[in-house]
Amino acid sequence: MQEDALQLGDKYFTSRLFTGTGKFGSHKQIPAMLDASGSQMITMALRRIDSHTPTENILEYIPRNVVLLPNTSGARTAEEAARIARIAREAGCGDFIKIEIITDMKYLMPDNFETLRATEILAREGFVVLPYVLPDLPLARRLESAGAAAVMPLGAPIGTNRGLETKSLIALLIENCTVPVVVDAGIGRPSHAAAAMEMGADAVLVNTAIATAQDPAAMGRAFALAVQAGRMAYLAKMAEESAVAQASSPLTGFLH
Amino acid sequence: MHLILNGNTEECACTTLAELIDHKGLHKEALIVELNGAIIKQEQWPATTLQDGDQLELLNFVGGG
Repeated sequence: MQEDALQLGDKYFTSRLFTGTGKFGSHKQIPAMLDASGSQMITMALRRIDSHTPTENILEYIPRNVVLLPNTSGARTAEEAARIARIAREAGCGDFIKIEIITDMKYLMPDNFETLRATEILAREGFVVLPYVLPDLPLARRLESAGAAAVMPLGAPIGTNRGLETKSLIALLIENCTVPVVVDAGIGRPSHAAAAMEMGADAVLVNTAIATAQDPAAMGRAFALAVQAGRMAYLAKMAEESAVAQASSPLTGFLH
Repeated sequence: MHLILNGNTEECACTTLAELIDHKGLHKEALIVELNGAIIKQEQWPATTLQDGDQLELLNFVGGG
């Protein structure tokens, strides 16, 4: 194990930036983004084939040393999510699964109740379960008891790039959870990612902000550096804020 | 024979799963096949005989966050 690596399941991650395969202009941008960002885990989704367009194997664009994190998007219930997870594992994606169960199609809010049920089912089956949730401390505790490997609270609704709108609620999770806290969804800028890491988040998951940047590889690198800086600042224990000015130089006059 | 393919009923003259996939011209590397709720691995496709009323899901991984 390397210094300051994040453990999830039986894997150690030295990069605390997780990425996604959605919304890229071309899948060909994915390997360059992974290389530039150093991201060691990436999400993908499972869907019925579209018989009108030729299928493309997205897994071909992901180097073998990057951990696959299939998501259960499209699931509306715990049972549907469990089915997707089992198919993904059977298809050779490994044991990691991001539970994403959305029943609210306007705001794309995760359904915490179904997500807890899916976590209970899949943790029992030996999956490394990473549930995507609204930040809710009692729920996070239930997820931990159910065997979740981490909790992944949203910063803002999916794809909005609005940053840490749920900051104070995420802070409660960071302060109280025994499993890692990964901020997922809503992170739009490297500064948002740095802020999440400064707060003590264990990692961030960024898809839209990287994939839809004009240069996804460069943006991936920018996020990687921000995540590293934020993590380093957290470990260095930041100085306290103060309501009044605190002179950095002696307060005596220059020559008096 | 009728199959339920990704939720749609289709007429099919193929005998095996491998024939059906060839007939449809699908990208085999990326394809995940679920037959009546069970995953059928690619090496089993030629030996998997289709029956009237079989429910098939043809799936693949796509971009997602």
